[in-house]
Amino acid sequence: MKFAVIVFPGSNCDRDMYHAVRDGLGEEVDLVWYENANLADYDAILLPGGFSYGDYLRSGAIASVSNVLNQIKMKAEAGTPVLGVCNGFQILLETGLLPGAMLRNEKLKFMCHYETLVVERDDTMFTSGYEKGQQIEIPIAHGEGNYYCDDVTLEELKQNNQIVFTYKNNPNGSRADIAGIVNKAGNVLGMMPHPERAVEDLLGSSDGLAMFQSVLQHWREMYVTTS
Amino acid sequence: MLQQAEISPEKIEQDHLYRDMGLTDEEFQSVKNILGRQPNFTEIGIFSVMWSEHCSYKTSKPLLRKFPTEGPHVLQGPGEGAGIVDIGDDKAVVFKIESHNHPSAVEPYQGAATGVGGIIRDVFSMGARPIALLNSLRFGNLTTPRVKYLLEEVVHGIAGYGNCVGVPTVGGEIQFDDSYEGNPLVNAMCVGLIDQKDIQKGIAAGVGNTVIYAGAPTGRDGIHGATFASEDLSEESESKRPSVQVGDPFMEKLLIEACLEVIQHEALVGIQDMGAAGLTSSASEMASKAGMGMEMNLDLVPQREQHMTPYELMLSESQERMLLVVKKGQEQGIIEVFEKYGLQAVAVGTVTDDKQFRLLHHGEVAAEIPVDSLAEDAPVYYKESKVPDYYTEFQTIDYKPAVMNHAAMLKQLLQQPTIASKEYVYDQYDSMVGASTVVAPGSDAAIVRVRGTEKAIAMTTDCNSRYIYLDPETGGKIAVAEAARNIISSGAKPLALTDGLNFGNPDKPENFWQMEKSVDGMSAACLALETPVISGNVSLYNESNQQAIFPTPIVGMVGLVENLAHVTTSQFKQNGDAIYLLGETKAEFGGSELQNVLEGRYYGKAPAIDLDVEASNQQSVLASIQQGFVASAHDLAEGGLGVALAESLFGTELGAKVTLDGDVTTALFSESQSRFLLTVSQENQAAFEQAVPGAKQIGLVTEEAELAIEQDGKAIISEAVPTLEALWKGAIPCLLKSKA
Repeated sequence: MKFAVIVFPGSNCDRDMYHAVRDGLGEEVDLVWYENANLADYDAILLPGGFSYGDYLRSGAIASVSNVLNQIKMKAEAGTPVLGVCNGFQILLETGLLPGAMLRNEKLKFMCHYETLVVERDDTMFTSGYEKGQQIEIPIAHGEGNYYCDDVTLEELKQNNQIVFTYKNNPNGSRADIAGIVNKAGNVLGMMPHPERAVEDLLGSSDGLAMFQSVLQHWREMYVTTS
Repeated sequence: MLQQAEISPEKIEQDHLYRDMGLTDEEFQSVKNILGRQPNFTEIGIFSVMWSEHCSYKTSKPLLRKFPTEGPHVLQGPGEGAGIVDIGDDKAVVFKIESHNHPSAVEPYQGAATGVGGIIRDVFSMGARPIALLNSLRFGNLTTPRVKYLLEEVVHGIAGYGNCVGVPTVGGEIQFDDSYEGNPLVNAMCVGLIDQKDIQKGIAAGVGNTVIYAGAPTGRDGIHGATFASEDLSEESESKRPSVQVGDPFMEKLLIEACLEVIQHEALVGIQDMGAAGLTSSASEMASKAGMGMEMNLDLVPQREQHMTPYELMLSESQERMLLVVKKGQEQGIIEVFEKYGLQAVAVGTVTDDKQFRLLHHGEVAAEIPVDSLAEDAPVYYKESKVPDYYTEFQTIDYKPAVMNHAAMLKQLLQQPTIASKEYVYDQYDSMVGASTVVAPGSDAAIVRVRGTEKAIAMTTDCNSRYIYLDPETGGKIAVAEAARNIISSGAKPLALTDGLNFGNPDKPENFWQMEKSVDGMSAACLALETPVISGNVSLYNESNQQAIFPTPIVGMVGLVENLAHVTTSQFKQNGDAIYLLGETKAEFGGSELQNVLEGRYYGKAPAIDLDVEASNQQSVLASIQQGFVASAHDLAEGGLGVALAESLFGTELGAKVTLDGDVTTALFSESQSRFLLTVSQENQAAFEQAVPGAKQIGLVTEEAELAIEQDGKAIISEAVPTLEALWKGAIPCLLKSKA
């Protein structure tokens, strides 16, 4: 399986994502510069965290109108897994691939520490390696991770089972404790916490590894014929 | 403002305009002698910044020469952007600390942010990828709105820059004392990792080679910042706000990636960042180091504002700029790398062989200066030194505290902002980006692993300036020793250090004496502990309202964890582990946190330190950690054993039962040096006791989360750990919220 980590000017978790896939998962992965990118050969798209374009205008706003997003939208429509973490999630919100928007954290400060997430769905291509209700330890690191959507959208998210992760102890004021959501088709996941920082016990948690393994498992089931 | 280039050379001399730029009459005369004529406005501006303390170290040079700077593992000592130490596997660590005190005093957000930006550039301009940031901060007590504002905004600035640029802030320290109220200290340290083959130098070699300017365009910000940094802070400092630069971490991030790509390019000859004194220092230093000259056409320098004069262009400290020297004819390849990242890169000059620093502007020569005179002919001053009266008096005082209720005192100590949890601060820093942070902020030293090896880098910043104020020589030894103890406690071998020397006005003999003695003390400890000084920074004139700060020579130390299995933290690990104390405890309370609580000031003698004992204790602790005997290790510092025991329990669900010997106040709160608190599992006790014969068992780790301290069967302290932890964690947020 071949992953693409999209690198925008100002991305800074791109190499962490790369190592999570290469060293943690043991699969093929490229860092793909946003300009003149060709995503045709990739089986999954990863939008890493960071401060694309310095968060100027709004976080994720400028990256969301770059050409590479048109390709990503097409891949998403075709069913390719797309994972946006932190700034990647913000970009997905700005493109409209996922509903809602980010506000500044309730306490108006950047925060970085481990949070306990509750796995709300174990039937997505990103979470099949978890159990529903399982609690996992994943770091957060953001200043604008306070997820907001209106009542109608929240109702839809619930109706369509789009809420994948919630915070056990909501750190930032996110509506309905939302930490991660998928699109209706279930192949585009956006989340503020950083699973790529939690793939080794050495660093404090390997609870994020199952997410990458789930994506690989899904791909194998779809495309690999076993003899 | 003195910014008109029209001012004639005659007027500069007649009206002594150079004095406003910080030059003395004698220095002006030397400039005249060097040039053989009166300098014009641009030239005198260039001399004034290059000969400022910040760039020339004219006052501190005689002291800096005392530091041991060599060792078998030192690849680059002081003199380049940052020092470099070999860590094996053809890799090396690159690090340096730098102060941004004065800018932070008047504009704390940008002052702190650009301090971080500047030190990162020092590291990647050597060719290294920055892997960690630390900071060492000093503020007044958190009782006035101004101090609270300074703390909030400095932290906000460090976070704003460091988080965006994607380098984890993994450690640091903060001390609060009245002497810093008007003049906070903001020192930032950056650590980078490099493959030894990639090491770069800031040299402009090869006649005819091209000088390229890369990064942000030049504006009018930060003009004369280096001179501003070399004056006392006063009421007028507020008017120096335009001397504070404005940072753009996004630009810096692009610059890091572009420069790390460029160093792999065969056409690159030299690279240096534009830090203090901007284009002036980077260009002249690169030429001077190569034994060359340089000619630059200032019309070609990218400019953010219109009608900038040569003086402004040369003295601007606009951020996120680099200067490169590139082989002639191969400029395009380098320029294309910068263009990929949307950055400007422009050929602005050439390397010459006439050893002149020549600047052209609108077709005329705007300045022509023998380039070596800027770096090498700067005056060196041997300042007068005098033992301060307070020191003589303090040496005769034997301070003995009286503590009635030890449990209440422990609680009070845990809430002292210098001791209390700094989580409120470090939670705002991205400490994990890079996915290599093995030990995050909150332990004795931070640890970042080296990908692709079994090794890791340990790092810390330390300086108890109270001891240095009481006794600069002893305090200087302690600063280095304590940093090394932190590194040892984390399971690493100390390699080298970078010094961030922060002092008051050196023209006052008592201040200079403090500088002199603390450097003597530090040098002695560097020799004893085999940790040479490989880089550093000097910040003088840290005074406000005529009052100097406590002498604060901050030690930024880096160590090597040979194997990830050696990584050790201060937290107790499991029920039943034996608790040991290594090192002798004496009744030493001068400069202690206890004295601060009881007396509200510091006096008497600093704790004594015997460097042989220190070295021997450190070696035996490290050896026993490496042999796997030690479960946890913690250096004893402010607040003594009582505080160290409590800290080792925080974040665990464990308790401890400890029995004390001798005077209870001394046993619990003395700040005697060279001590470690260690825990050892039962099966390792025998081997540990053989390896560290000086260690004395004082208790056991227990299952119930209670800190129980007794003497002769009588309970002295029995407190629920969660209660203590809540006080310790809540203290700083509570102080910030309270209205004073």
